[in-house]
Amino acid sequence: MPTLTLIEHNGTAHQVTGEIGQSVMQAAMFASVPGIQADCGGACSCATCHAYVDDQWLARLPAAEGTEADMLEYAVERNDNSRLTCQLIISEALDGMVLRLPASQF
Amino acid sequence: MSLASVVIVGAGQAGFQVATSLRQAGYGGRISLIGDEPGLPYQRPPLSKAYLLGKIGATNLLFRPENFYTEQRIELRHDRVTAIDRQNRRVLLEGGEALAYDHLVLATGAHNRPLPVPGAELEGVFGIKTKIDADTLAPLAKQARNVVVVGAGFIGLEFAAVAVSLGSAVHVLELGDRPMARAVSREMSELFSQAHHRWGVHLDFRQGLTRVIGENGRVTGVETSDGRILDADLVVFGIGVIPNTQLASEAGLDIANGIKVDANLLTSDLHISAIGDVACFPCLQNDEQPTRLESVQNAVDQGRTVAARLMGKPAPYGALPWFWTDQGDMKLQIAGLSNGYDSTVVIGSPDSAQLSVLCFRGDQLIAVESCNRPGDHLAARKILSRPPQLSPTEAAAAGFDLKAWEAANRD
Repeated sequence: MPTLTLIEHNGTAHQVTGEIGQSVMQAAMFASVPGIQADCGGACSCATCHAYVDDQWLARLPAAEGTEADMLEYAVERNDNSRLTCQLIISEALDGMVLRLPASQF
Repeated sequence: MSLASVVIVGAGQAGFQVATSLRQAGYGGRISLIGDEPGLPYQRPPLSKAYLLGKIGATNLLFRPENFYTEQRIELRHDRVTAIDRQNRRVLLEGGEALAYDHLVLATGAHNRPLPVPGAELEGVFGIKTKIDADTLAPLAKQARNVVVVGAGFIGLEFAAVAVSLGSAVHVLELGDRPMARAVSREMSELFSQAHHRWGVHLDFRQGLTRVIGENGRVTGVETSDGRILDADLVVFGIGVIPNTQLASEAGLDIANGIKVDANLLTSDLHISAIGDVACFPCLQNDEQPTRLESVQNAVDQGRTVAARLMGKPAPYGALPWFWTDQGDMKLQIAGLSNGYDSTVVIGSPDSAQLSVLCFRGDQLIAVESCNRPGDHLAARKILSRPPQLSPTEAAAAGFDLKAWEAANRD
């Protein structure tokens, strides 16, 4: 199973094992990583599962489009490498991916 | 106030949130989370859409895996509370055990309003509330040829969209004159009427049913108010819910369309809070009128508010209500409460099904409904949460852009 690293804004790193087909948001929630709220449970309705994807991994992801792209405009402290983790589906290719969490989701 | 023990009745979205937020805030006492459904606490919104379609599995419905509750020392109990003993601050469980509390949180939710016609007990007639309902319904929905949906609210229409996409002929009966009338403006209702029509759903307004017809205990049809017989091998109803107030009522707490709470979400007993679908609270966005909201946002934010108060940070509940529904390829997101609106400004194009409706009462913007315009929704949530106010005149100007206005008026 692919392993991801999620780094909280305060620097605390969490190694998270995800299942193929699961979203990064859900893997993070299941591993109780603080800093992701995901109020809507993954329906892409709330923009509170925002994370920054490390550049080397960003290119391996399909680009944000449609709803996610539109919602991302309103993520707090949005950056070029911002993504909504409920829309990132875990695959073998993402084994080792590093994501950093913003200071706040609101 | 030292709290050695918090007992939460109801393990839905609101109850789960209190437990989680208490631990996140460093609460070290005992947390008991009591739910009467089997299995781990789960999300309900996908039950009438993504889960029914098999787009997400049972594991993905869960808020957290089992080890979370052990690690966080959240005592999950599959049981039913039969009474609240307020004098001795304890709840009595069906199993006979009594559980002491320093603070009690009632998050008992609501149950489906039953279909009030003869034949409602026939096999093949469903409400959707629990995972068990969805698990029973899913295989039937895949086989159904003729589906009758009673009620054109969120749940009814979400299911109608699912059923038609699975190849059924779908007929929706609605007593009102438009879909989702309780929740959205006429303009948004119209957009969804057109969409369902396009998908092949037959919407029948100002129409109820007088009975469900069956053979050998199974549904075969319904009779409409105007006397027509519609074939049906599956009937799904979504005609509102009734708050689960019995426990609170028997304990002598104030009840008024739900469990009555103050701005801090406290019931008439200061050792008992009520939150989520069951709580009737003075709603800031509804002129502080007693209001009961059935939504994920309300459950989550009220759960957080109570946890913060128990941790010594009381604040009146004032979160902006927001809602969503996914039907076919249409995502509707609503910020604020539109009841009592007297004018609207429409942004976008109905033809592309990308539309936002701004609802005003007098000069005040009270709600924004966005279909397939999620950026507008998030902008609206910011605009509705703080000054300055957007006037109807500004909104009606040619080329008005909600996101640009929000950005320009950010402090």
